[in-house]
Amino acid sequence: MQRQTIAELSRQLQDGSVKSRDLVERCLTAIEGPGRQLNAFVSVCGEQALVAADAADELLKAGRAGPLTGIPFAHKDIFCTTEVATTCGSRMLEGYVSPFDATAVARLREAGVVLVGKTNMDEFAMGSSTETSYFGPTGNPWDLHRSPGGSSGGSAAAVAAGLVPAASGTDTGGSIRQPAALTGITGFKPTYGRVSRYGMVAFASSLDQAGTLTLTAQDAAMLMEAMAGFDPRDSTSVDRPVPVYTDELNTSLAGKRVGVPREFFDEGLDPDNEQRVREAIAVLEGQGAKVVEVSLPNLGLSVPTYYIVAPAECSSNLSRFDGVRYGHRHQGAADLESLYKLTRKEGFGAEVKRRIMTGAYVLSAGYYDAYYLKAQQVRQLISEDFKRCFAEVDILAGPTTPTPAFLLGEKTDDPVQMYLNDIYTIGVNLAGLPGISVPCGLVQGLPVGLQLIGPHFGDTAVLNFAHVYQQQTQWHCLMPAPTGTPDAADNAGGAS
Amino acid sequence: MSWETVIGLEIHAQLATRSKIFSGASTAYGAEPNTQACAVDLGYPGVLPVLNAEAVRLAVRFGLAIGATVAGRSVFARKNYFYPDLPKGYQISQYELPIVLGGNIHIVLDDGTEKDIAVTRAHLEEDAGKSVHENFDGESGIDLNRAGTPLLEIVSEPEMSSAAEAVAYMRTVHQLVRYLGICDGNMQEGSFRCDANVSVRPAGEQQLGTRTELKNLNSFRFVERAINYEIERQIDVLEDGGSVVQETRLYDSDRHETRPMRSKEEANDYRYFPDPDLLPVVIEKEYIETERAKLPELPEARRQRFIHSLGLGVEDASLLTGSRATADYYEALIASVGGEYKLAANWVNGELAAALNRDGIGIADAAGSPERLAGLLVRIIDGTISGKIAKEVFEAIWQGEGEADDIIEARGLRQISDTGKLEKIVAAVLADNPDQVEQYRSGKHKVLGFLVGQVMKATGGKANPGQVNQLLKQKL
Repeated sequence: MQRQTIAELSRQLQDGSVKSRDLVERCLTAIEGPGRQLNAFVSVCGEQALVAADAADELLKAGRAGPLTGIPFAHKDIFCTTEVATTCGSRMLEGYVSPFDATAVARLREAGVVLVGKTNMDEFAMGSSTETSYFGPTGNPWDLHRSPGGSSGGSAAAVAAGLVPAASGTDTGGSIRQPAALTGITGFKPTYGRVSRYGMVAFASSLDQAGTLTLTAQDAAMLMEAMAGFDPRDSTSVDRPVPVYTDELNTSLAGKRVGVPREFFDEGLDPDNEQRVREAIAVLEGQGAKVVEVSLPNLGLSVPTYYIVAPAECSSNLSRFDGVRYGHRHQGAADLESLYKLTRKEGFGAEVKRRIMTGAYVLSAGYYDAYYLKAQQVRQLISEDFKRCFAEVDILAGPTTPTPAFLLGEKTDDPVQMYLNDIYTIGVNLAGLPGISVPCGLVQGLPVGLQLIGPHFGDTAVLNFAHVYQQQTQWHCLMPAPTGTPDAADNAGGAS
Repeated sequence: MSWETVIGLEIHAQLATRSKIFSGASTAYGAEPNTQACAVDLGYPGVLPVLNAEAVRLAVRFGLAIGATVAGRSVFARKNYFYPDLPKGYQISQYELPIVLGGNIHIVLDDGTEKDIAVTRAHLEEDAGKSVHENFDGESGIDLNRAGTPLLEIVSEPEMSSAAEAVAYMRTVHQLVRYLGICDGNMQEGSFRCDANVSVRPAGEQQLGTRTELKNLNSFRFVERAINYEIERQIDVLEDGGSVVQETRLYDSDRHETRPMRSKEEANDYRYFPDPDLLPVVIEKEYIETERAKLPELPEARRQRFIHSLGLGVEDASLLTGSRATADYYEALIASVGGEYKLAANWVNGELAAALNRDGIGIADAAGSPERLAGLLVRIIDGTISGKIAKEVFEAIWQGEGEADDIIEARGLRQISDTGKLEKIVAAVLADNPDQVEQYRSGKHKVLGFLVGQVMKATGGKANPGQVNQLLKQKL
């Protein structure tokens, strides 16, 4: 398996040295062959993909192609697609085909990408390991016994293993950045409201944001130019022009200020992981950026805050799955009440049920003020912490996760341990900020990520910092060996 | 013991928008089941609501018309409960921060008593669909055409003390929303309906009694009957030493009784919270002022003007201002009848109302435009035709035969006011009826009516009745 960036493939497609059909066939072979053991895909739409690839090749031949025309792509199975089922990793939606396309899907298709399949995920994006999927866990290409992270674990594993050059993801509390870090790829979560949520099955509406899993920040920028923008069908999407992200990628970091929140370097952070992140920050410093320590005093409250806000919203968002109109329905229920109960009992997995119950509890009469309202107030404080920092610095830098990839099954019995894996990513969602995870080295042979966080609508700066970093380092080129161990022979990577 | 009643109403007025409150699907009534419900209305995975700006405008209009505060910032919230006709498992409504706060409705009872009823709030929300229980062999069907239809829920303070006041309040709000053009007011189609909160307490007691909520009353008659039934029921319960259970009750119009729907033990905890899919509704002061400037003259102000400036009686004025279309028609009519306001009022509230009623149509669809009716009244005023003949001409106008003058000419209905011609006819009638002439001369003046009738008959009703009277008296 070889991995190539969108930027490289785009050049080859444009100059005719490769055909979209070849790329798509290569992806399909990889997915059905060596990729099988990863369980990264819930569904593959080979036939439609080949038709779309041929159409892309026609456009390329006619000279009417854009930079993304003919690029094979995978969508997380949370994005509604008309050509193939959208399951959200749940029995509740097994075989469900949406009557419409998500806006992000439609825009990327419009830009010419070729959908080859839908990737595995934690059920309704609730999880940090892709183990809550009804369709079984996804393996980490670096070590099949380990989790690729989650919830966008299928997309991360597929890109890391070279099954597709890029994939979409959604990030509610770290679901793009954490799996990107744990699989050694680039995961970008834009500012809340930058990419339309229409057609993205809702988990926690005020936190959900679509983004990308790619090999490089440059690829993320290319995809964002197609995906981002106001959508009249999403009231929370923001009506402001989409910058040409790729134009700003090489902007010099000289004189820019990098804030390092001291709360990111707490006792929970693996010392080797910390070392890799500090080395990465030194690389930014080497590019002329000034590094200053900052503080996010309320960040420690982000996990408990998140685990009130997100379940509250999900408990309501998932009420529509009642067996009446679509999706799983218990057959032979005696009455309405048992239809609801049995349908939801069978259709949802344990983690989803746990969050629905938590959410219903924190919203219920007598508890609302103590939990939900209080959490909203703390959320405000966390946002203000970030705002204060961005008055002083251009970007924040820190680890994406406390440790490299954990073993499958290691945390499934202890939800709190699982939740704590998102301790560095969740605050970003609560504040609605853009963030990226880029590979910054290995710990015990497993990749870890550097997280860069920008101010509201500072997506351009985030991509710029990440790209400059990737111009100076090779970590993002390091790929897992087919056997599941890093192929160090081919990749004399490391900070340069 | 004597009891007093306390009533508060929650009126649901369907806002007259073309599309739904959060989707582009049509709100037209009467389509085949589930043909006017799009993916958003059906609550498909991934859909999002987008607020219909027209629904906001209509709510603002209502707020301004009742002298309420239009909130600069209002928030949509989710009301969570499971029901098959509620596709998302929650209804999008407004909870803590509604769009309209306060305001007053001025009511006039049949006996002329006037009263102000305070409005607590009015908020925007989406309607649910409906369950259909017939023809499904033990199962239920669901029609989601209604789902997502914009509603304005108008909540009154508990300030009404009888069913009659409640009905007067509901009628006044009904008249107002139609005046404002924000609701078609069609009660059969469910566009205007209400829930009534009813309680009783010993006369003079300050504390409110336990209330029951009567759901989905969709006619003025049902409101009156249901409330009266409920008052009686509650008093009976209390006088028997029992206590009223706080519950939701349904009025069965066939059996004329209210029955419990669900009791408090089963009451839902709706787990309201702000809907994260929708931004707060922010309304700028300039917008409010623009809408205020576009308000029509309101029914009560118009009624007062008809009474004080046009000299109409209270009853005429109330009838004429009952709907904006009627009042508009009347005002168009009086523009060309030279101050004969009462005559015009008689015709609109009399012949015209009867014809509309008979044909079951609204005044907007009336065959006789105000200009045509004015053409007729002018001929009554100038003596060309009598009031009686005018009714015949009106009927012809109603049947689409054209202008009053053309009909009068074509049918030869012009009143005979030629004295010479009338004298001959009078002389002939007197000659033909010597007995009656004798009776009159002997003092039985009642017989004059008979003789007038004979003259009218001989002229085909065209003789000027005043002149005939005068001539007969002269000759006799």
